[in-house]
Amino acid sequence: MSVFKHFLAGASLLALSTTANAVDLEVTHWWTSGGEAAAVAEFAKAFDATGNKWVDGAIAGSGGTARPIMISRITGGDPMAATQFNHGRQAEELVEAGLMRDLTDIATAEGWKDKVRPSSLLDSCTLDGKIYCVPVNIHSQQWLWLSNKAFEDAGVAVPTNWDEFAAAAPALEKAGKIPLAMGQQPWQTTLAFQVLLVALAGPEAYSKIFGEKDAELAGGPDLAKVFEAAEQARAMSAGSNVQDWNQATNMVITGQAGGQIMGDWAQGEFAVAGQVAGTDYTCLPGLGVNEVIQTGGDAFYFPVLKDEAKTAAQGELAKLMMSPEVQVAFNLKKGSLPVRGDVSLDAANDCMKKGLDILAKGNVIQSPDQLMSADSLTQVNDLFVEFFNTPSITAADAQKRFADIVASAD
Amino acid sequence: MVDHLAPTSAPLVAAPSRAADEPWGRKPRRSITRANIFLYGTLIVFAIYYLLPLYVMIVTSLKGMPEIRMGNIFSPPLEITFEPWAKAWSTACTGLNCDGLSRGFWNSVRILVPSVVLSIAVASVNGYALANWRFKGADTFFTILIFGAFIPYQVMLYPIVILLREMGLYGSLTGLVLVHTVFGMPILTLLFRNYFTSMPEELFKAARVDGAGFWGIYFKIMLPMSLPIFVVAIILQVTGIWNDFLFGVIYTRPDLYPMTVQLNNIVNSVQGVKEYNVNMAATILTGLVPLTIYFISGKLFVRGIAAGAVKG
Amino acid sequence: MAADRKPSQLFRNMNAKVAAIPMILTACVVFVGGTLWTITYSFTNSKLLPRETFVGLDQYERLWSSNKWLISIENLFIYGVLSLVFSLLIGFLLAALLDQKIRFENTFRTIFLYPFALSFIVTGLVWQWILNPDFGIQRVVRNLGWESFTFDPLYNAEIVIYGVLIAGLWQGTGLVMCLMLAGLRGIDEDIWKAARVDGIPMWKTYLMIIIPMMRPVFITTLVIIASGIVKLYDLIVAQTGGGPGIASEVPAKYVYDAMFLSQNLAQGFAGSTMMLLTVLIVLIPWAYLEFGGKKHG
Repeated sequence: MSVFKHFLAGASLLALSTTANAVDLEVTHWWTSGGEAAAVAEFAKAFDATGNKWVDGAIAGSGGTARPIMISRITGGDPMAATQFNHGRQAEELVEAGLMRDLTDIATAEGWKDKVRPSSLLDSCTLDGKIYCVPVNIHSQQWLWLSNKAFEDAGVAVPTNWDEFAAAAPALEKAGKIPLAMGQQPWQTTLAFQVLLVALAGPEAYSKIFGEKDAELAGGPDLAKVFEAAEQARAMSAGSNVQDWNQATNMVITGQAGGQIMGDWAQGEFAVAGQVAGTDYTCLPGLGVNEVIQTGGDAFYFPVLKDEAKTAAQGELAKLMMSPEVQVAFNLKKGSLPVRGDVSLDAANDCMKKGLDILAKGNVIQSPDQLMSADSLTQVNDLFVEFFNTPSITAADAQKRFADIVASAD
Repeated sequence: MVDHLAPTSAPLVAAPSRAADEPWGRKPRRSITRANIFLYGTLIVFAIYYLLPLYVMIVTSLKGMPEIRMGNIFSPPLEITFEPWAKAWSTACTGLNCDGLSRGFWNSVRILVPSVVLSIAVASVNGYALANWRFKGADTFFTILIFGAFIPYQVMLYPIVILLREMGLYGSLTGLVLVHTVFGMPILTLLFRNYFTSMPEELFKAARVDGAGFWGIYFKIMLPMSLPIFVVAIILQVTGIWNDFLFGVIYTRPDLYPMTVQLNNIVNSVQGVKEYNVNMAATILTGLVPLTIYFISGKLFVRGIAAGAVKG
Repeated sequence: MAADRKPSQLFRNMNAKVAAIPMILTACVVFVGGTLWTITYSFTNSKLLPRETFVGLDQYERLWSSNKWLISIENLFIYGVLSLVFSLLIGFLLAALLDQKIRFENTFRTIFLYPFALSFIVTGLVWQWILNPDFGIQRVVRNLGWESFTFDPLYNAEIVIYGVLIAGLWQGTGLVMCLMLAGLRGIDEDIWKAARVDGIPMWKTYLMIIIPMMRPVFITTLVIIASGIVKLYDLIVAQTGGGPGIASEVPAKYVYDAMFLSQNLAQGFAGSTMMLLTVLIVLIPWAYLEFGGKKHG
C-alpha cells in the first residue's frame, strides 16, 4: 500500500508540483492528559497548516506502556513517522541499529546548534556527531510547591526556603494539616531525595557524587544533613496516604497539606484548579536554597521510512517543532520551558518566569540519567523507596547504604 | 433449571423431619429449612463481597468531581449525573481524538469474534484429539503447551514481533488473531482435554462401534455434551481478548486499535487531573460486553450429561 | 489405552495428527523457540534491543543479589499458596451451592463472575479506595464508633500482600466457580441418585465420590490459577505499584520493569528464565505422573 501511495504521490507531484505532496504522518506520544493534549494539538495544528495531516497515536503511560509499543513497531518493520522519547540515552540503540533518521542536514540548515539552550539538550540527541532527535521542551524537578492557604490557617508566614518550611511543620500539624504531601509511587520519593540533595548540599556535591562517584563525599558530613532532612521529610509526610503525584498536589491545592516537592509539571494542576501563582500558591525553585534546575525534557525521533513523500514530510515536521512560534505555543500549554533561548514568553506566569531566569543565568545541572548508569540509578531508587516507607531505617543507615552504592556505581 | 426430581421429593421433605432430609442432597424449592438458610445465607454473604466494589464504582461514576474529592466513597451521590458516562463513551479525549470509547468499539468486535471462534475451535479439537485419540508424542507436545501457559506474555513480545515480521503478518488483523489463538491455546486445550477425559468412556466406545469417525464423534457426541465447558471457554476467551491491551496495541496499527487503548488512555493518564467518575464509567462500559456474554451464556449451563445418554 | 480401542490405527491417528498440527506448531515454534531465545539472551548484556554480547552468568548474579527480586519471590510464594487454597475452597463451595437447584442461579453466577470481566487497572483502583484508611472500610468502621479499628493493608509493608490477595480473590474466584460448576454438571445424575439411595450423606458424597471424579477439572483449575499467579502483574501495578516501598513486588513485575523501564532486556530474561525453571521443576514430575506411570480413568 505504501508503494502505491508513493506512486500516487509521485504522479501527482508531476502533475501539480505545488501542494501535492500532502501526506499523513502517524505520530506516537504519551501525552494524553488535558494540558498535554492541548500542547500536542499545537504541533498538530501547525503541521496540518502545511497541508499535511497529523495522525495522532496517543498511548497513555510513558515508559512501561508506550516504549515497548514504539520499539516493537520500529523493529517489526512498520514504524510510525515520528515518536516521542525521553531524550538521553534511551533511543541510542535504535539509532545504532540504523532505524532512526539522521536529522543533521536539517539541524545545520536551521542552525539549531546556536539556538538550543542549554546546549546539553542537543548533545543528548547527538551520536557520533550526528543529530537524531528534536528536543521540544525543558522540564525541571527542583521545586517546592506551597499552599498559601494552609500557612494562613496555621498562622505562620509562607516559608521562603526549606529550613523555614521544616520549622513551620509543627504549626501545620497543630492546625490539622499534613506538612508535606507525598504520593506513594516509588519515583516520587527518589525525586524528593534528589531535590533535597541538590538544594541542601549544592550542585557541586551533586555532580561529584553522581558524576565522579565520590563515595567519600556521599558518606561524609555534608550529605549527613541531606539525609537528616530526608528523615524529616519522611516524618512530615507520614500522614499522606495517596498514590499519585497529582493527588498529592491536590492536597496542596485544597490546603490540606502545606507543600509538595515535585517537578514543574505540578503547575498544570494548579492552573486547572484556577489557582494563581503568588496569591494562591508559592513556588520555590531549588527549595529556595540553591536555585538551580535540572534540565530534562522530551524529544521526538523520526524512524527511517521507505516512503519518500513521508520522509520529506518528516523533515518539515522536525523544522516546525523547533520553530519559534510553535515552541512558544506548545510550551505555554505544556507548562514547560522552550528549548530556544531566542523566544520571549511574555505570557508566562510567576513560576515559569523564575524558571526562565535560572535558565538564563545558566544555573543548570545535568540529569542523573546523563551521569550514572541505569543500573546504579535503579539501586539508588530502590534504596529511597525503602527508606521513605520504613521508619525504622535511620538517616545514618541509609547514608551508609547510599555511599556503598555510589562506591560500586558506574 | 428444570429439576425433574423436585416433584417427587417435595412432599417427602417437609419441615418436621430435618434430620431425615440431611442426606438428601437436593432440596425442594420453597421450604425454609436450616440447610436452605445456610445455603442462601452463604450465597448472599459472598454476593455482598462481590458486589461491594461494583457499588462503589457505580456510585462514583454517578457523582461529580467536587463530590468525589470530598471523600466518602460509600455514600450515595447527592446529585446524580450521567455526564461521566456520556463523556466516557463519546467525548473523552485520548490525545487529540475526542470521541471516547466509541472509537475503538467496532475494532474490538472485529478482533474479538474471529479470535474467540478460531481459538476455541482449534483448542477443542486439540483437547478432543488428546483425550480420545492419543497418538505417540502427543503427551510431550501437551506438556510443552502447559508449560507455555506459565510464560509471562511480556517476555514473548519481541520474539513474536520477529516471527510475525518474517511471516509478513506484522500489523495486520490476521496476525493479532493468530497471537490470541496461540496464547489461548494452552489453557483452552487443557480445559477441553480434561473435560473430555472425564466423560464416560462408554459413550465414545459405543460411537466407535456404530462406525463414527474422528469428526463424526466430535460433532455428534462430544460437542452437544460439553456445552458447560464451552461456556467456560467462551467466558475465558471473551474476557481475555476483549480486555487485552498489550497485544492489540503492539501487533496492530492505530486504525485497528481496540477499545482498551482508549480505556488505558482515559484511565491511565499519568499527568493531569484524574477523573475518577469517568474512569469508573469507562470501566463498566468496557466490561459490558463480557458481562452480557456471561449472562446470555448462562442458558447453556445446563447439566451436560443426561442420565440416560450413557445407556442409550 | 491407545491400544485397546483399535480398529483402524493408522487412519485414526492420521486424523488426530492433522488436527493437532496447530498445537504442535505452537508448542515447538512459539513456546520452545521463544523460551530458548529468552534463555540464550539472558546470558548477554542486551539493553534496549537484543544483542549477542555474552557475559556469562552476570545477569543471574545481579538477579540473586537484588533485594527486590528476593522480596518478589517471597511475595509470590505467600500470595501463591493462599490464593491457590482460597480460590479452590471458595470456588468449589460456591459451585456446590449453586448446584443445589437453587433459585436465581443465573443471577448469583453472574454476580460471582462479573469481576472477571473488569480490567485490572480499575479493579486495583477500586480496592485501593476501599482499603484506604482515610476513606475506605477503616473510616466507615471508625465512624460507627469503633475508634481504634485499624485496617490499612495497602499502607503497611507487613501485610500489603494480603491486601492484594483480597482483590485478587475477588477478581478470580468467579472463574474457578464456573469451572467447578461445569465439572459438577458433567457428573452423571445417576451417581447422585445412587448415593442418595445408599443413604450416603451429601458432604461425604462430595468428598468421596464427586471430587475424585472431578480430578481432571481440578487439574485444569489448578493450572489456570497457578499460571495466573506466576503471571501476576497488572493487579500489583494498579493497586500498589509494588509499594509501600518494594513490599509488594512480584517476579513478573521485576521482569517487566527490567525489560522496559530500566531497559535491561537481559536482566528481565534472566528473571523470567528463573521463573520458567521453577515452573519446569513443578511441571515435569506432574507430567511424569500424569502420562508416565499408571494411567487413570
